[in-house]
Amino acid sequence: MKEELLKRIVKTPDGQEIEIDPLRDYYCEAGPTVQPPAYTAIIEKLFNWARSESLWILGFGTGCGAIEMRPLMTPRFDAYRYGIQWRPTPRQSNLFVISGYLSVKTLKRVIRSYEQMQGPKYVVGLGSCTINGGMYWDSYNTIKRLDDYLPVDVYIAGCMPRPEALLAGFEELKKIIRAGKAEGANQYAANFDWYKANQKSVIHDWDMPDYNW
Amino acid sequence: MRIPWALLTLFIVINYGLLMTALVQKIGARVGRRHGIPIWQNYIDMIKNYALRTSITHGVMFYLGPVFRLSGGVGLLLFVPSIYGSEMFANFSFAGDLILALYFVFFGTLGMALGAAESGHPYSAIGITRGLSQMTAAELPFALAVFAVALQYQTLSVTEIVAAQQGGVLHWTLFTNPLAVAAAMMSFLGSMMRPPFDVVLAPQEIPIGPPTEYHSSFLAMMQTNRALFPVAKIVVYMNLFFGGAGSWPEFFLKVFLIYMVSAFVGVVFPRFRVEQSIRWFLIWAVPLGILAVVLV
Repeated sequence: MKEELLKRIVKTPDGQEIEIDPLRDYYCEAGPTVQPPAYTAIIEKLFNWARSESLWILGFGTGCGAIEMRPLMTPRFDAYRYGIQWRPTPRQSNLFVISGYLSVKTLKRVIRSYEQMQGPKYVVGLGSCTINGGMYWDSYNTIKRLDDYLPVDVYIAGCMPRPEALLAGFEELKKIIRAGKAEGANQYAANFDWYKANQKSVIHDWDMPDYNW
Repeated sequence: MRIPWALLTLFIVINYGLLMTALVQKIGARVGRRHGIPIWQNYIDMIKNYALRTSITHGVMFYLGPVFRLSGGVGLLLFVPSIYGSEMFANFSFAGDLILALYFVFFGTLGMALGAAESGHPYSAIGITRGLSQMTAAELPFALAVFAVALQYQTLSVTEIVAAQQGGVLHWTLFTNPLAVAAAMMSFLGSMMRPPFDVVLAPQEIPIGPPTEYHSSFLAMMQTNRALFPVAKIVVYMNLFFGGAGSWPEFFLKVFLIYMVSAFVGVVFPRFRVEQSIRWFLIWAVPLGILAVVLV
Protein backbone atom coordinates (compact mmCIF):
# COMPACT_ATOMS: atom_id res chain seq x y z
CA MET A 1 0.00 0.00 0.00
CA LYS A 2 1.28 3.44 -0.90
CA GLU A 3 2.13 5.75 1.95
CA GLU A 4 -0.38 8.44 0.92
CA LEU A 5 -3.20 5.88 1.16
CA LEU A 6 -2.42 4.90 4.74
CA LYS A 7 -4.41 6.13 7.73
CA ARG A 8 -2.69 9.10 9.32
CA ILE A 9 -3.17 12.16 11.51
CA VAL A 10 -2.83 15.52 9.77
CA LYS A 11 -2.41 18.93 11.33
CA THR A 12 -4.61 21.56 9.69
CA PRO A 13 -3.40 25.16 9.16
CA ASP A 14 -5.38 26.36 12.20
CA GLY A 15 -3.73 23.85 14.49
CA GLN A 16 -6.48 21.22 14.62
CA GLU A 17 -5.48 17.57 14.42
CA ILE A 18 -7.69 15.40 12.20
CA GLU A 19 -7.51 11.76 11.26
CA ILE A 20 -7.52 10.91 7.56
CA ASP A 21 -8.26 7.47 6.16
CA PRO A 22 -8.00 7.97 2.37
CA LEU A 23 -9.56 4.65 1.38
CA ARG A 24 -12.65 5.44 3.46
CA ASP A 25 -12.79 9.20 2.96
CA TYR A 26 -12.15 9.41 -0.78
CA TYR A 27 -13.74 6.20 -2.02
CA CYS A 28 -17.06 4.47 -1.59
CA GLU A 29 -16.90 1.11 0.13
CA ALA A 30 -20.05 -0.41 -1.36
CA GLY A 31 -19.35 -3.06 -3.98
CA PRO A 32 -21.19 -3.47 -7.28
CA THR A 33 -24.66 -5.01 -7.23
CA VAL A 34 -26.59 -6.91 -9.87
CA GLN A 35 -29.00 -4.51 -11.61
CA PRO A 36 -32.22 -6.03 -12.91
CA PRO A 37 -33.47 -5.09 -16.38
CA ALA A 38 -35.96 -2.24 -16.33
CA TYR A 39 -39.74 -2.37 -16.11
CA THR A 40 -41.51 -4.29 -18.81
CA ALA A 41 -39.97 -6.30 -21.61
CA ILE A 42 -40.94 -3.84 -24.33
CA ILE A 43 -39.25 -0.91 -22.56
CA GLU A 44 -36.14 -2.97 -21.95
CA LYS A 45 -36.16 -3.78 -25.67
CA LEU A 46 -36.34 -0.07 -26.54
CA PHE A 47 -33.51 0.65 -24.09
CA ASN A 48 -31.39 -2.16 -25.52
CA TRP A 49 -31.94 -0.81 -29.01
CA ALA A 50 -30.89 2.68 -27.87
CA ARG A 51 -27.84 1.25 -26.09
CA SER A 52 -26.81 -0.64 -29.21
CA GLU A 53 -27.19 2.40 -31.46
CA SER A 54 -25.28 4.70 -29.14
CA LEU A 55 -21.94 3.08 -28.31
CA TRP A 56 -19.67 5.53 -26.56
CA ILE A 57 -16.13 4.22 -26.53
CA LEU A 58 -13.77 5.15 -23.74
CA GLY A 59 -10.79 6.87 -25.33
CA PHE A 60 -8.17 4.73 -23.61
CA GLY A 61 -5.69 2.88 -25.85
CA THR A 62 -4.19 0.13 -23.75
CA GLY A 63 -1.81 -1.33 -26.33
CA CYS A 64 -0.65 -1.14 -29.92
CA GLY A 65 -4.18 -1.94 -31.18
CA ALA A 66 -5.23 1.60 -30.31
CA ILE A 67 -3.67 2.65 -33.61
CA GLU A 68 -6.41 0.73 -35.42
CA MET A 69 -9.15 2.72 -33.70
CA ARG A 70 -8.01 6.11 -34.96
CA PRO A 71 -8.83 5.43 -38.64
CA LEU A 72 -12.42 4.77 -37.58
CA MET A 73 -12.84 8.50 -36.98
CA THR A 74 -11.50 9.42 -40.42
CA PRO A 75 -13.52 9.89 -43.64
CA ARG A 76 -12.49 6.47 -44.91
CA PHE A 77 -14.26 4.46 -42.21
CA ASP A 78 -16.35 7.09 -40.38
CA ALA A 79 -17.70 5.03 -37.49
CA TYR A 80 -19.93 7.95 -36.41
CA ARG A 81 -22.39 6.74 -39.05
CA TYR A 82 -23.11 3.71 -36.87
CA GLY A 83 -23.73 5.67 -33.67
CA ILE A 84 -20.20 5.01 -32.41
CA GLN A 85 -18.55 7.95 -30.67
CA TRP A 86 -15.52 8.47 -28.46
CA ARG A 87 -15.79 9.94 -25.00
CA PRO A 88 -12.77 11.06 -22.99
CA THR A 89 -14.17 10.14 -19.58
CA PRO A 90 -15.15 6.71 -18.20
CA ARG A 91 -18.27 8.17 -16.59
CA GLN A 92 -19.89 8.80 -19.94
CA SER A 93 -18.65 5.81 -21.92
CA ASN A 94 -20.31 2.43 -22.05
CA LEU A 95 -17.88 0.51 -24.25
CA PHE A 96 -14.32 -0.30 -23.28
CA VAL A 97 -12.12 -1.48 -26.14
CA ILE A 98 -9.08 -3.31 -24.74
CA SER A 99 -6.83 -2.60 -27.68
CA GLY A 100 -4.17 -5.27 -27.81
CA TYR A 101 -1.75 -6.55 -25.19
CA LEU A 102 -2.38 -5.57 -21.62
CA SER A 103 0.57 -5.23 -19.29
CA VAL A 104 -0.03 -5.78 -15.59
CA LYS A 105 0.68 -2.11 -14.94
CA THR A 106 -1.99 -1.06 -17.45
CA LEU A 107 -4.42 -3.67 -16.12
CA LYS A 108 -4.56 -1.73 -12.87
CA ARG A 109 -5.67 1.42 -14.69
CA VAL A 110 -8.04 -0.58 -16.86
CA ILE A 111 -9.77 -2.01 -13.78
CA ARG A 112 -10.13 1.44 -12.26
CA SER A 113 -11.54 2.87 -15.48
CA TYR A 114 -13.87 -0.07 -16.01
CA GLU A 115 -15.29 0.19 -12.53
CA GLN A 116 -15.92 3.92 -12.98
CA MET A 117 -18.05 3.29 -16.05
CA GLN A 118 -21.81 3.16 -15.39
CA GLY A 119 -23.74 0.03 -16.30
CA PRO A 120 -24.70 -1.53 -18.58
CA LYS A 121 -21.17 -1.51 -19.94
CA TYR A 122 -19.46 -3.60 -22.54
CA VAL A 123 -15.92 -4.81 -23.14
CA VAL A 124 -14.45 -5.65 -26.53
CA GLY A 125 -11.15 -7.53 -26.69
CA LEU A 126 -9.21 -6.38 -29.72
CA GLY A 127 -6.47 -8.58 -31.20
CA SER A 128 -5.23 -12.04 -30.32
CA CYS A 129 -3.29 -10.74 -27.29
CA THR A 130 -6.55 -10.42 -25.38
CA ILE A 131 -7.55 -14.00 -26.25
CA ASN A 132 -4.46 -16.04 -25.41
CA GLY A 133 -1.60 -13.60 -25.03
CA GLY A 134 -0.80 -13.58 -28.76
CA MET A 135 2.82 -12.89 -29.51
CA TYR A 136 3.31 -12.03 -25.83
CA TRP A 137 2.25 -15.53 -24.74
CA ASP A 138 5.44 -16.05 -22.72
CA SER A 139 5.92 -12.49 -21.51
CA TYR A 140 6.39 -12.02 -17.78
CA ASN A 141 4.39 -8.82 -17.47
CA THR A 142 1.36 -9.13 -19.72
CA ILE A 143 -1.87 -10.96 -18.99
CA LYS A 144 -2.84 -13.88 -21.22
CA ARG A 145 -6.63 -14.16 -21.02
CA LEU A 146 -8.58 -10.94 -20.66
CA ASP A 147 -11.71 -12.90 -19.74
CA ASP A 148 -10.19 -13.81 -16.40
CA TYR A 149 -10.06 -10.18 -15.29
CA LEU A 150 -13.01 -8.45 -16.96
CA PRO A 151 -16.22 -9.84 -18.52
CA VAL A 152 -15.65 -9.67 -22.28
CA ASP A 153 -18.59 -9.43 -24.69
CA VAL A 154 -16.87 -9.71 -28.06
CA TYR A 155 -13.39 -10.68 -29.21
CA ILE A 156 -12.02 -9.37 -32.49
CA ALA A 157 -9.26 -11.77 -33.54
CA GLY A 158 -6.24 -10.78 -35.58
CA CYS A 159 -2.82 -9.25 -35.17
CA MET A 160 -3.71 -6.53 -35.92
CA PRO A 161 -7.35 -6.63 -36.98
CA ARG A 162 -8.04 -4.03 -39.67
CA PRO A 163 -10.50 -1.19 -38.97
CA GLU A 164 -13.08 -3.05 -41.10
CA ALA A 165 -12.81 -5.97 -38.68
CA LEU A 166 -13.45 -3.56 -35.81
CA LEU A 167 -16.57 -2.26 -37.51
CA ALA A 168 -17.76 -5.84 -38.06
CA GLY A 169 -17.04 -6.56 -34.39
CA PHE A 170 -19.05 -3.55 -33.27
CA GLU A 171 -21.95 -4.67 -35.45
CA GLU A 172 -21.72 -8.09 -33.77
CA LEU A 173 -21.77 -6.39 -30.36
CA LYS A 174 -24.88 -4.46 -31.38
CA LYS A 175 -26.67 -7.74 -32.16
CA ILE A 176 -25.69 -9.12 -28.75
CA ILE A 177 -26.92 -5.96 -26.98
CA ARG A 178 -30.21 -5.98 -28.88
CA ALA A 179 -30.73 -9.62 -27.91
CA GLY A 180 -30.30 -8.57 -24.26
CA LYS A 181 -27.32 -10.86 -23.77
CA ALA A 182 -24.67 -8.21 -23.09
CA GLU A 183 -24.89 -8.36 -19.29
CA GLY A 184 -21.19 -7.98 -18.56
CA ALA A 185 -21.71 -5.48 -15.74
CA ASN A 186 -24.05 -7.86 -13.92
CA GLN A 187 -21.71 -10.77 -14.52
CA TYR A 188 -18.90 -8.73 -12.99
CA ALA A 189 -21.05 -7.89 -9.98
CA ALA A 190 -22.25 -11.47 -9.52
CA ASN A 191 -18.76 -12.98 -9.72
CA PHE A 192 -17.04 -10.03 -8.09
CA ASP A 193 -14.91 -12.10 -5.69
CA TRP A 194 -13.67 -14.38 -8.46
CA TYR A 195 -12.64 -11.44 -10.65
CA LYS A 196 -10.96 -9.67 -7.72
CA ALA A 197 -9.01 -12.81 -6.80
CA ASN A 198 -7.80 -13.16 -10.39
CA GLN A 199 -6.85 -9.48 -10.58
CA LYS A 200 -5.00 -9.57 -7.29
CA SER A 201 -3.13 -12.73 -8.29
CA VAL A 202 -1.30 -10.79 -11.02
CA ILE A 203 -1.23 -7.27 -9.57
CA HIS A 204 1.16 -7.55 -6.65
CA ASP A 205 1.35 -3.88 -5.63
CA TRP A 206 -2.38 -3.46 -5.09
CA ASP A 207 -2.64 0.12 -3.85
CA MET A 208 -6.26 1.02 -4.46
CA PRO A 209 -9.63 0.22 -2.90
CA ASP A 210 -11.28 -3.04 -3.92
CA TYR A 211 -13.98 -1.25 -5.85
CA ASN A 212 -13.56 2.19 -7.45
CA TRP A 213 -17.32 2.86 -7.53
CA MET B 1 -54.15 29.47 -21.00
CA ARG B 2 -50.61 30.69 -21.57
CA ILE B 3 -49.00 27.70 -19.90
CA PRO B 4 -50.05 25.00 -22.43
CA TRP B 5 -48.90 27.23 -25.28
CA ALA B 6 -45.58 27.86 -23.53
CA LEU B 7 -45.14 24.09 -23.12
CA LEU B 8 -45.90 23.63 -26.80
CA THR B 9 -43.22 26.19 -27.65
CA LEU B 10 -40.81 24.31 -25.43
CA PHE B 11 -41.68 21.00 -27.13
CA ILE B 12 -41.24 22.41 -30.63
CA VAL B 13 -37.98 24.14 -29.77
CA ILE B 14 -36.41 21.10 -28.05
CA ASN B 15 -37.19 18.83 -31.00
CA TYR B 16 -36.04 21.45 -33.47
CA GLY B 17 -32.86 21.97 -31.46
CA LEU B 18 -32.07 18.25 -31.32
CA LEU B 19 -32.51 17.86 -35.07
CA MET B 20 -30.74 21.10 -35.96
CA THR B 21 -27.64 20.46 -33.85
CA ALA B 22 -27.37 17.01 -35.45
CA LEU B 23 -27.75 18.60 -38.89
CA VAL B 24 -25.05 21.17 -38.13
CA GLN B 25 -22.82 18.35 -36.89
CA LYS B 26 -23.45 16.55 -40.18
CA ILE B 27 -22.55 19.70 -42.10
CA GLY B 28 -19.35 19.95 -40.07
CA ALA B 29 -18.64 16.30 -40.87
CA ARG B 30 -19.18 16.95 -44.59
CA VAL B 31 -16.50 19.64 -44.38
CA GLY B 32 -14.20 16.86 -43.16
CA ARG B 33 -15.52 14.61 -45.98
CA ARG B 34 -17.35 12.33 -43.58
CA HIS B 35 -21.04 11.52 -43.38
CA GLY B 36 -21.25 12.05 -39.65
CA ILE B 37 -23.91 10.97 -37.17
CA PRO B 38 -27.43 10.02 -38.25
CA ILE B 39 -29.84 12.94 -37.91
CA TRP B 40 -31.74 11.18 -35.09
CA GLN B 41 -28.59 10.31 -33.11
CA ASN B 42 -29.28 12.92 -30.41
CA TYR B 43 -32.56 11.21 -29.50
CA ILE B 44 -30.90 7.80 -29.23
CA ASP B 45 -28.08 9.18 -27.08
CA MET B 46 -30.64 10.74 -24.77
CA ILE B 47 -32.68 7.54 -24.42
CA LYS B 48 -29.47 5.64 -23.78
CA ASN B 49 -28.37 8.04 -21.08
CA TYR B 50 -31.76 8.00 -19.35
CA ALA B 51 -31.67 4.18 -19.57
CA LEU B 52 -28.39 3.66 -17.73
CA ARG B 53 -28.95 1.36 -14.77
CA THR B 54 -26.48 2.87 -12.33
CA SER B 55 -25.45 6.40 -11.50
CA ILE B 56 -23.53 8.01 -8.72
CA THR B 57 -23.78 11.42 -7.15
CA HIS B 58 -21.30 13.71 -5.47
CA GLY B 59 -23.78 15.74 -3.45
CA VAL B 60 -26.71 18.14 -3.65
CA MET B 61 -25.07 20.73 -5.94
CA PHE B 62 -24.07 17.92 -8.30
CA TYR B 63 -27.80 17.22 -8.73
CA LEU B 64 -28.71 20.87 -9.04
CA GLY B 65 -26.03 21.78 -11.62
CA PRO B 66 -27.85 20.30 -14.63
CA VAL B 67 -31.18 21.53 -13.21
CA PHE B 68 -29.90 25.11 -13.09
CA ARG B 69 -28.43 24.73 -16.54
CA LEU B 70 -31.70 23.50 -18.00
CA SER B 71 -33.77 26.11 -16.18
CA GLY B 72 -31.44 28.77 -17.61
CA GLY B 73 -32.31 27.58 -21.12
CA VAL B 74 -36.02 27.15 -20.43
CA GLY B 75 -36.22 30.54 -18.68
CA LEU B 76 -34.48 32.29 -21.54
CA LEU B 77 -36.86 30.74 -24.03
CA LEU B 78 -40.07 31.30 -22.08
CA PHE B 79 -39.60 34.98 -21.20
CA VAL B 80 -38.93 36.11 -24.76
CA PRO B 81 -41.58 36.03 -27.51
CA SER B 82 -40.87 33.27 -30.04
CA ILE B 83 -43.23 34.37 -32.80
CA TYR B 84 -43.94 38.06 -33.31
CA GLY B 85 -47.59 39.04 -33.49
CA SER B 86 -48.79 35.67 -32.27
CA GLU B 87 -50.94 35.57 -29.16
CA MET B 88 -50.11 31.89 -28.63
CA PHE B 89 -46.35 32.00 -28.91
CA ALA B 90 -45.64 35.29 -27.17
CA ASN B 91 -44.83 33.20 -24.08
CA PHE B 92 -44.40 35.15 -20.83
CA SER B 93 -42.84 38.26 -22.32
CA PHE B 94 -43.44 41.49 -20.42
CA ALA B 95 -42.27 45.09 -20.41
CA GLY B 96 -38.77 44.51 -19.04
CA ASP B 97 -37.99 41.06 -20.47
CA LEU B 98 -34.76 42.23 -22.11
CA ILE B 99 -33.05 42.59 -18.73
CA LEU B 100 -34.32 39.18 -17.60
CA ALA B 101 -32.99 37.60 -20.82
CA LEU B 102 -29.54 39.06 -20.16
CA TYR B 103 -29.67 37.51 -16.71
CA PHE B 104 -30.78 34.08 -17.93
CA VAL B 105 -27.98 33.89 -20.51
CA PHE B 106 -25.49 33.79 -17.65
CA PHE B 107 -27.60 31.80 -15.19
CA GLY B 108 -26.89 28.33 -16.60
CA THR B 109 -23.15 28.77 -16.61
CA LEU B 110 -23.14 29.82 -12.98
CA GLY B 111 -25.31 26.88 -11.96
CA MET B 112 -23.03 24.58 -13.88
CA ALA B 113 -20.02 26.05 -12.11
CA LEU B 114 -21.48 25.12 -8.73
CA GLY B 115 -22.41 21.61 -9.87
CA ALA B 116 -19.13 20.86 -11.60
CA ALA B 117 -17.16 22.18 -8.64
CA GLU B 118 -18.86 19.70 -6.34
CA SER B 119 -17.90 16.80 -8.62
CA GLY B 120 -14.35 17.44 -7.40
CA HIS B 121 -12.69 16.57 -10.68
CA PRO B 122 -9.70 18.83 -11.46
CA TYR B 123 -10.62 19.00 -15.16
CA SER B 124 -14.07 20.29 -14.21
CA ALA B 125 -12.48 23.06 -12.17
CA ILE B 126 -10.15 24.02 -15.04
CA GLY B 127 -13.02 23.96 -17.53
CA ILE B 128 -15.23 26.10 -15.31
CA THR B 129 -12.48 28.65 -14.71
CA ARG B 130 -11.91 28.95 -18.43
CA GLY B 131 -15.62 29.00 -19.17
CA LEU B 132 -16.45 31.75 -16.73
CA SER B 133 -13.56 33.99 -17.79
CA GLN B 134 -14.37 33.56 -21.46
CA MET B 135 -18.11 34.02 -20.90
CA THR B 136 -17.52 37.22 -18.93
CA ALA B 137 -15.42 38.67 -21.73
CA ALA B 138 -17.94 37.56 -24.36
CA GLU B 139 -20.93 38.94 -22.46
CA LEU B 140 -19.45 42.43 -22.35
CA PRO B 141 -19.93 43.32 -26.05
CA PHE B 142 -23.36 41.65 -26.01
CA ALA B 143 -24.45 43.74 -23.04
CA LEU B 144 -23.18 46.90 -24.77
CA ALA B 145 -25.04 45.95 -27.95
CA VAL B 146 -28.22 45.37 -25.94
CA PHE B 147 -27.84 48.81 -24.30
CA ALA B 148 -27.36 50.36 -27.72
CA VAL B 149 -30.49 48.69 -29.04
CA ALA B 150 -32.48 49.64 -25.93
CA LEU B 151 -31.38 53.26 -26.32
CA GLN B 152 -32.10 53.22 -30.03
CA TYR B 153 -35.70 52.05 -29.60
CA GLN B 154 -36.19 53.67 -26.17
CA THR B 155 -37.66 50.47 -24.66
CA LEU B 156 -36.71 47.40 -22.63
CA SER B 157 -39.43 45.19 -24.10
CA VAL B 158 -38.36 42.67 -26.71
CA THR B 159 -41.83 42.71 -28.29
CA GLU B 160 -41.63 46.47 -28.88
CA ILE B 161 -38.12 46.15 -30.31
CA VAL B 162 -39.38 43.55 -32.81
CA ALA B 163 -42.38 45.73 -33.62
CA ALA B 164 -40.06 48.66 -34.39
CA GLN B 165 -38.19 46.53 -36.94
CA GLN B 166 -41.19 45.51 -39.02
CA GLY B 167 -41.82 46.80 -42.53
CA GLY B 168 -38.98 45.40 -44.61
CA VAL B 169 -35.49 44.05 -44.31
CA LEU B 170 -33.94 47.52 -44.19
CA HIS B 171 -35.74 48.25 -40.92
CA TRP B 172 -33.85 45.49 -39.11
CA THR B 173 -31.36 46.55 -36.45
CA LEU B 174 -28.78 44.84 -38.68
CA PHE B 175 -29.09 47.86 -41.03
CA THR B 176 -30.21 50.60 -38.67
CA ASN B 177 -27.47 49.91 -36.12
CA PRO B 178 -24.79 47.72 -37.76
CA LEU B 179 -22.13 48.42 -35.10
CA ALA B 180 -24.24 46.96 -32.30
CA VAL B 181 -25.04 43.90 -34.40
CA ALA B 182 -21.37 43.37 -35.25
CA ALA B 183 -20.39 43.52 -31.56
CA ALA B 184 -23.23 41.18 -30.61
CA MET B 185 -22.37 38.66 -33.34
CA MET B 186 -18.76 38.55 -32.12
CA SER B 187 -20.07 37.83 -28.64
CA PHE B 188 -22.36 35.20 -30.19
CA LEU B 189 -19.34 33.31 -31.56
CA GLY B 190 -17.90 33.26 -28.07
CA SER B 191 -20.94 31.74 -26.43
CA MET B 192 -21.68 28.92 -28.87
CA MET B 193 -18.99 26.50 -27.64
CA ARG B 194 -17.60 26.11 -31.14
CA PRO B 195 -14.09 26.77 -32.38
CA PRO B 196 -12.26 29.12 -32.06
CA PHE B 197 -13.92 29.56 -28.64
CA ASP B 198 -14.35 25.95 -27.50
CA VAL B 199 -11.42 25.78 -25.12
CA VAL B 200 -13.93 25.29 -22.29
CA LEU B 201 -14.77 21.79 -23.45
CA ALA B 202 -11.38 21.23 -25.13
CA PRO B 203 -11.86 17.51 -25.80
CA GLN B 204 -8.18 16.94 -26.45
CA GLU B 205 -6.60 18.72 -23.50
CA ILE B 206 -8.96 18.63 -20.53
CA PRO B 207 -11.34 15.81 -21.37
CA ILE B 208 -14.57 17.71 -22.04
CA GLY B 209 -14.14 20.12 -19.14
CA PRO B 210 -17.02 20.91 -16.76
CA PRO B 211 -19.19 17.82 -17.46
CA THR B 212 -16.31 15.36 -16.92
CA GLU B 213 -18.06 13.63 -14.02
CA TYR B 214 -21.60 13.90 -15.38
CA HIS B 215 -23.29 10.77 -16.71
CA SER B 216 -26.66 9.03 -17.10
CA SER B 217 -29.70 11.28 -16.56
CA PHE B 218 -27.54 14.20 -15.36
CA LEU B 219 -25.82 14.18 -18.74
CA ALA B 220 -29.10 13.64 -20.58
CA MET B 221 -30.47 16.80 -18.97
CA MET B 222 -27.42 18.69 -20.09
CA GLN B 223 -27.85 17.29 -23.59
CA THR B 224 -31.42 18.56 -23.60
CA ASN B 225 -30.09 21.96 -22.64
CA ARG B 226 -27.43 21.70 -25.34
CA ALA B 227 -30.25 21.48 -27.86
CA LEU B 228 -32.46 24.07 -26.20
CA PHE B 229 -30.10 26.82 -25.06
CA PRO B 230 -28.49 27.79 -28.41
CA VAL B 231 -31.95 28.09 -29.99
CA ALA B 232 -33.23 30.17 -27.06
CA LYS B 233 -30.21 32.42 -27.32
CA ILE B 234 -30.61 32.77 -31.07
CA VAL B 235 -34.26 33.71 -30.55
CA VAL B 236 -33.07 36.68 -28.49
CA TYR B 237 -30.62 37.64 -31.24
CA MET B 238 -33.25 37.17 -33.92
CA ASN B 239 -35.70 39.39 -32.05
CA LEU B 240 -33.18 42.12 -31.26
CA PHE B 241 -31.23 42.31 -34.50
CA PHE B 242 -32.86 40.38 -37.33
CA GLY B 243 -36.48 41.48 -37.26
CA GLY B 244 -37.94 38.56 -35.29
CA ALA B 245 -40.04 35.84 -36.89
CA GLY B 246 -43.67 36.09 -37.99
CA SER B 247 -44.26 32.34 -38.36
CA TRP B 248 -42.67 29.01 -37.44
CA PRO B 249 -41.09 28.39 -40.91
CA GLU B 250 -39.50 31.84 -40.80
CA PHE B 251 -38.38 31.09 -37.22
CA PHE B 252 -36.75 27.79 -38.23
CA LEU B 253 -34.98 29.34 -41.20
CA LYS B 254 -33.64 32.38 -39.35
CA VAL B 255 -32.47 30.37 -36.34
CA PHE B 256 -30.71 27.90 -38.62
CA LEU B 257 -28.97 30.66 -40.59
CA ILE B 258 -27.83 32.51 -37.47
CA TYR B 259 -26.56 29.22 -36.00
CA MET B 260 -24.66 28.56 -39.22
CA VAL B 261 -22.64 31.76 -38.68
CA SER B 262 -20.91 30.12 -35.74
CA ALA B 263 -20.68 26.80 -37.59
CA PHE B 264 -18.98 28.45 -40.58
CA VAL B 265 -16.47 30.23 -38.38
CA GLY B 266 -16.02 27.04 -36.38
CA VAL B 267 -15.00 24.75 -39.22
CA VAL B 268 -12.49 27.26 -40.58
CA PHE B 269 -10.62 28.55 -37.54
CA PRO B 270 -8.50 26.71 -34.99
CA ARG B 271 -8.96 27.10 -31.27
CA PHE B 272 -8.02 30.15 -29.20
CA ARG B 273 -6.50 29.81 -25.79
CA VAL B 274 -8.47 31.58 -23.06
CA GLU B 275 -6.20 34.60 -22.75
CA GLN B 276 -6.19 34.95 -26.54
CA SER B 277 -9.97 34.86 -26.77
CA ILE B 278 -10.39 37.35 -23.91
CA ARG B 279 -7.94 39.67 -25.62
CA TRP B 280 -9.79 39.21 -28.90
CA PHE B 281 -13.11 40.20 -27.31
CA LEU B 282 -11.62 43.18 -25.51
CA ILE B 283 -9.75 44.50 -28.56
CA TRP B 284 -12.21 43.85 -31.37
CA ALA B 285 -15.68 43.45 -29.94
CA VAL B 286 -15.87 45.80 -26.94
CA PRO B 287 -14.79 48.99 -28.82
CA LEU B 288 -17.45 48.26 -31.44
CA GLY B 289 -20.01 47.95 -28.65
CA ILE B 290 -18.89 51.21 -27.02
CA LEU B 291 -19.00 52.96 -30.39
CA ALA B 292 -22.53 51.63 -30.96
CA VAL B 293 -23.67 53.00 -27.59
CA VAL B 294 -21.98 56.37 -28.18
CA LEU B 295 -23.31 56.85 -31.71
CA VAL B 296 -26.91 55.87 -30.95
